[in-house]
Amino acid sequence: MWNIILSQLSALVELRDFACERDERILFSSLNAIFYAGQVVQILGANGSGKTTLLRVLAGVSPDYQGEILWQGQALATCAWEYTNASLYLGHLPGIKKSLTPLENLRWYAAIQGGVGDEVLLQALAEVKLAGYEDTLCYQLSAGQLRRVALARLVFSTAKLWILDEPFTALDKAGAMLLEARLAGHAAAGGLVLVTSHQDINVPDLLQLNLQDFALAHAKLHTAGYQETSAHG
Amino acid sequence: MGNSPSLFWSTLRRDLILAFRHKGDMINPLVFFLIAISMIPLGIGAETALLMRIAPGIIWVMALLATLLSLDNLFRSDFDDGSLEQLLIAPYPLFFSVLAKVLVHWLATGLPLTLLAPLLGVMLSLPANAFVALCCSLLIGTAAMSLIGAVGAALTVGLRKGGLLISLIVMPLYVPILIFGANGVQAAAVGQDYTMQLAVLGAGLALALVLAPLAAAGALRVSVNG
Amino acid sequence: MNWQWFHRLGSPRWFYEKTEAWLPWLSLVTLILLLVGGIWGLGFAPTDARQGNSYRIIYIHVPASFLALAGYYIMAISGAIGLIWKMKLPFMVMKAAAPIGAALTFVALITGAIWGKPTWGTWWVWDARITSMLILFFLYLGVIALQQAFQNRDTADKASAILALVGTVNIPIIYKSVDWWFTLHQPATIKFIGKSTIHPSMLYPLFVMLIGFYCFYTLVLLLHTRVEILRRESRTQWVNDLAAGNKLTVSKEGGK
Repeated sequence: MWNIILSQLSALVELRDFACERDERILFSSLNAIFYAGQVVQILGANGSGKTTLLRVLAGVSPDYQGEILWQGQALATCAWEYTNASLYLGHLPGIKKSLTPLENLRWYAAIQGGVGDEVLLQALAEVKLAGYEDTLCYQLSAGQLRRVALARLVFSTAKLWILDEPFTALDKAGAMLLEARLAGHAAAGGLVLVTSHQDINVPDLLQLNLQDFALAHAKLHTAGYQETSAHG
Repeated sequence: MGNSPSLFWSTLRRDLILAFRHKGDMINPLVFFLIAISMIPLGIGAETALLMRIAPGIIWVMALLATLLSLDNLFRSDFDDGSLEQLLIAPYPLFFSVLAKVLVHWLATGLPLTLLAPLLGVMLSLPANAFVALCCSLLIGTAAMSLIGAVGAALTVGLRKGGLLISLIVMPLYVPILIFGANGVQAAAVGQDYTMQLAVLGAGLALALVLAPLAAAGALRVSVNG
Repeated sequence: MNWQWFHRLGSPRWFYEKTEAWLPWLSLVTLILLLVGGIWGLGFAPTDARQGNSYRIIYIHVPASFLALAGYYIMAISGAIGLIWKMKLPFMVMKAAAPIGAALTFVALITGAIWGKPTWGTWWVWDARITSMLILFFLYLGVIALQQAFQNRDTADKASAILALVGTVNIPIIYKSVDWWFTLHQPATIKFIGKSTIHPSMLYPLFVMLIGFYCFYTLVLLLHTRVEILRRESRTQWVNDLAAGNKLTVSKEGGK
C-alpha cells in the first residue's frame, strides 16, 4: 500500500493517449504509460517502430505528437522550462565537434547546463577512461572514444531524466559495463532513464516497453480524427 | 540552472575556435572575392573611367556573392554532428544562440570582406573619396546579409545540397541592402552626401537583428525535425 | 466566442465538399466578368491620345500585377495560419497559391515587356514597377524551389511558409528601395507615362477586369487546392469512398 503511494508521488513522466505519426503513417497510438523515479526503462521495437521518434518527442526536438505528456503530474506546457532543465538527451549523433578537444566539447555542454568548472569536466573525462586525451582533437579519436566523450556528460549532469538513444553504439565491452553501472547509479539516486538499445542491458530491475504493442491499434489514418485534433490544436 | 548569458558566450567562443581551426572556410570567400573582382576588367576592359564608374556596384555585388557562398557552412556542421539538436533543446532561448552563431559568421566573413574591399577599390580605380563610404556600408551591409542569410541557411540545412538553393532564396531578399549599399558608395564617389544611405542600411540592420534570428530559430526547429 | 467554424475550416474534407457547390457559380461569374471587361476594354474603351491602342494591354497587365502581389500575401498568410494553428488545409492553399502567383507575375512581366516595345521602343526597361515585379517573381521561385526540395511534406510546408513570411516583411522594403533606386536612374524619355492621362471611361472596364481577375484567381486557387486535398488525403476513407463513388457512377453510365 505505502509502496504504491510512494511510487505515485514520484511519477516523473506520464504519457496519456499518446500517439506519433511520421510521413502519414501512425507509428504507435493509445500509448498510456507512467515512468517513475528510480526506473531504467528500455524502449523496445523493431526498426521503424518509432523508438527514436518517441525519444525525440520526449527530448523536445520534435513537437509532432498527439496526446498528453505530463512532467511530475503537470501538463508539459505549464512546466516546459523545468522539464528542459531536468532532462538530458543523447541522440544517435553524439553531438561532438571533431575539430575541438574533448575538454572544449564538454565546456560547451557545461555552459548549457550552467556553470561547471574545468576540474569537474576533467574528472568526468577520467571517469569514462579518457584521461590523457583531454587536449587531443576529436578527429584523432575512434568512434567508441567519441561516444565516451558524449557519455561523459552523464557524469556531471544534474538532470533527473535521461533520454538516451542507442548509447551503447560503438562502445566496447568495458565501456558498456561502465555505462550500465552509470544507468543503475542514476536510477538508484532517484533518476529516470529512458533508453533504446539493440543489445541487452544489464541493469537490476530493468523495465521494458515494447512499442509494437501499440503499433497496430489504428494502422490506418482515421478521417474523423482530423476535426478532433484540430479542435485541440 | 539555465544560465542565460553563458550559453551565448560559450557558443560564441566555441564557434570562434572552430572558425580559426578551419581557416580555409574563412579564407575561401575572400579569395573568391579577389578573383571574381579581377575577372571584371578582363571581361569588360580596363578603361579607368569605366571601372571608376562601375566599381561601387561591382564590389558590392561580389561581396554579396562571397557572403552567399559562405552561408551553407553556418549550421551545416552542427546539423551533421548533432549539436544542433542539443542547441535546440537547451534551456536557453534559441534566438541568442543563433545570434552568437551569426556574429561569428560575420566576424569570419563580413569583417574580412570589408577589410579587403579597399584593396579591390584601388584595383578598380575607385575614387579616393569613396573609400570611407565603401568600408562603412560594407561593415553594416555584410552584417545584415549574414543575419538574413542565416534564415536561408536554417531553412536548407536539412537538405543534402543546400548550397545553390540558399542563393536562390536569399538573393532576392538582399535587394534593398544592395541598392542602398552600392548607392551610398556611388554617391560618395561623386562627392555627394551618403549619410542617408548609411542610415537606411543601419535601420535595415536593426530590423534584421530583431527579426532574422527569430525566423532562423523557427526554421531550425523545422529543419531538425524534418 | 464560438471557434467551431474556424476549426472546421481546417478540415480538408469539409472544404472539399463545401466548395463543390461554389464552383459552377464562380466559373460563370468569372467568365461573364472577363468577357464583358475584355470586350469593353479591347473594343469599346476610347483610344489613348499618346499611346494609341497599345495602352489596351493594361486590361491584362494591371489586374495580373495586382493579383501577383495579392497572391503572395494570400500565400504567406495561409502559411502563417498553418504554422500558428497547426492546420493542414492552409498549407494546401499555400502550396496551390505559389505556382498560380508565379504564373500571374510572369504574365505581368510579359505583358509589361510587350507594352514596353511600342511605348519605349524596347522590350525591357528597368522601370521601377517592372523591376519590383521581377524580384517578386524571384521570391515566388524561391518559395516553389524550397517547397520542391524537401522529401518530407510537413517540413516542406513549414519551411516554405517561413520563407514566404520573411518575404512578406521584405516586399514593402524591396518596393520602396526599388522606387528610390529608380528615381536616381530614371531615364528622361519614359517620364511621359503619368497616371493623370487615364480617362474615367478607360477605368470602368479596368475595374470589371480587376474583379474578373480576382474571381478567376479564386477559382483557380480553389481548383488547385482541391487537387492538392485529394492528393494528400488519398489514403483516407472519404477520398477512397469518393473515388469508389465516381467509379460506380461511371460504370453505371457505361452499363446503359
